[in-house]
Amino acid sequence: MSGKPKLEPFTTFASVAVPIDIANCDTDQIIPGRFLRKSADDPDYHRILLHDLRFKPDGSETDFVYNRPPYRGGRIFVADINWGCGSSREHAVSVLTANGVRSVIAPSFGDIHYNNCIKNGVLPIQLSSEDCATLRRQLRESPGAEIAVDLETQSLTGPDQTRYDFTIDAFDKHRLLNGLDDVGLTLAFEDEISAFKTKYAAKHDWAT
Amino acid sequence: MGKTLFHKIWDEHVIHEREDGNVLLYIDRHLTHDLHHRLFPLIKAQGLSVKEPDKLFGVPDHSVPTTAKTVDDIPEGEMRDTVVGLQKAADEYGFHHFGMTDDRHGIVHVVGPEQGITLPGITLVCGDSHTSTHGALGCIAFGIGSTEVQHVLATQTLWQRKPKTMRITVTGSLGFGVSGKDVILAVIRAIGAAGGTGYAIEYAGSAIDGMSMEGRMTLCNMTIEAGARFGLIAPDDKTITYCKGRPFAPTGAKWEQAEVYWRGLVSDTDAAFDHEITLDGDEIAPMVTWGNSPQWALPVTETVPDPARESDPLVQADMQASLDYMELKPGMALSEIKIDTVFIGACTNSRIEDLRAAAAVAKGRKAKTRTLVVPGSGLVKKQAEAEGLDTIFLEAGMEWREPGCSMCIALNGDMLAPGERAASTSNRNFRGRQGQGSRTHLLSPAMAAAAAVTGHLSDVRDLMKEERS
Repeated sequence: MSGKPKLEPFTTFASVAVPIDIANCDTDQIIPGRFLRKSADDPDYHRILLHDLRFKPDGSETDFVYNRPPYRGGRIFVADINWGCGSSREHAVSVLTANGVRSVIAPSFGDIHYNNCIKNGVLPIQLSSEDCATLRRQLRESPGAEIAVDLETQSLTGPDQTRYDFTIDAFDKHRLLNGLDDVGLTLAFEDEISAFKTKYAAKHDWAT
Repeated sequence: MGKTLFHKIWDEHVIHEREDGNVLLYIDRHLTHDLHHRLFPLIKAQGLSVKEPDKLFGVPDHSVPTTAKTVDDIPEGEMRDTVVGLQKAADEYGFHHFGMTDDRHGIVHVVGPEQGITLPGITLVCGDSHTSTHGALGCIAFGIGSTEVQHVLATQTLWQRKPKTMRITVTGSLGFGVSGKDVILAVIRAIGAAGGTGYAIEYAGSAIDGMSMEGRMTLCNMTIEAGARFGLIAPDDKTITYCKGRPFAPTGAKWEQAEVYWRGLVSDTDAAFDHEITLDGDEIAPMVTWGNSPQWALPVTETVPDPARESDPLVQADMQASLDYMELKPGMALSEIKIDTVFIGACTNSRIEDLRAAAAVAKGRKAKTRTLVVPGSGLVKKQAEAEGLDTIFLEAGMEWREPGCSMCIALNGDMLAPGERAASTSNRNFRGRQGQGSRTHLLSPAMAAAAAVTGHLSDVRDLMKEERS
């Protein structure tokens, strides 16, 4: 299957990791709705990530974990269940990439947010609730500890050098490893799409 | 082995299947709204265009002030630019567009079914998570992100993994004062906000059969709040009657062909679901939420729960964080919670039946809170006015507004102040959803009207005892 690399390929990646101890952290927390009309080109765009958790109404910083060095600038998040549930807003991934975040590890993800991550070169990694809780505890206890991810072998190494294996859909892995975007892939199927449409129109004329 | 309803529709739309199970799906209808206006210049910059503009329908809803009748009424700035941006894209690419002065204008998930754009058996997408709404008509409808929106614009297709299937059967029948909203809140409470993740949920059972199309849309609308992108209900006589004669529905021989096909769209009796759940519809009471996830819902007759009774420390912490944010204490009766503002509207509950239910409670009473009633479309507004519902709301001291998403997402100027508490017929009680620092209790339109006229969360069944007898 063809397709040109459009995104930064994801192969291996290591970074300081940030524990986010919030269950059901919805995309309204990741980027509050009032910022949805803001362009990703805005120089302050990176500040919007988890905005209302990080900033008080007067604009001053809270003591939220991501504000505190050495977590500030961490490019891997370890979250709790149902990370990115709620709205389909892809801005919730744009604000991650605007801050250099390349992977989120969580027990479960909102389905739409998960797909949005894949489409933007961000690797969502699903581990058990227990493993995520262990990683978050280690990151709290050892601020600045790193996690190393290897997509090819589908594994990551925690702060204590424990290895965790994860599963990922083969197509998603292929796209991330090669930085492919879907439109590039799909254009190779033009003939198949045309053939399908002809057949479909013949059977379901009412829908066309 | 038979097929589920979901698989029957899915299989009809598969263009190509990869060895890993991912498929390229054909998309029959694409809906879009103002927040996507920037995606059109983006596809143009890639040398792409809108592949099938006749299958694309745009309507501004998120950024439309509910006090504005025309674009010129919108204050200059990003709100107006967003609405104008969508209009410009429609002009350039020639897709259907229902502007603010068009009676067909409204919330995208109200407009789709109302116009007959949504039909049984189709695939429909929109860059909005509440696209699950449309599954109430017996189709595969799901929310997508903006990269996927661009893909559909450019190719009219989408790569997808086949989800697992879950059937939720609601037996019995719903009691007085219980609606689709209460059913979905009871479902989310039962399976959790991530309970449907990775699934397409089909609703079935006598309580679902007995529900109106509006009630079914409410049910499917909030299916995403249980984590599932897809909610759907097999088309029946009600569905077919609902679709017939709508502007974009098929006519003549095409209608006959469609109806025959639609009547076969049911899960086969021997179809296997990956997961099955049964709820007793007779047991469902009017529900309210108390926390910052739709799963934190309880019958209005109960009290604020105590996190100390939870064994899982993570759940305990999550509950406590909600109680702190919502400023609630364990053990307090839910019906004692005082409300500042009531919002009746949103793609969840802004259809004519919703407004009738709210008006039945408001009639002859006075609102003790600020109350916004926002119809889901220009046509719903007209219908409500023809029935005199607007007069009932206005005489009760409520505000009767122009259609739009309004205070559900607070992007149009309708919002709560920090710390303000709302009873809202919308779909999300997330922190800050209705304005920074806002507090939201989700409930049905009848329950929202009851909160408005009493000033606190109230059991609408008590309020309506006389009407009932």
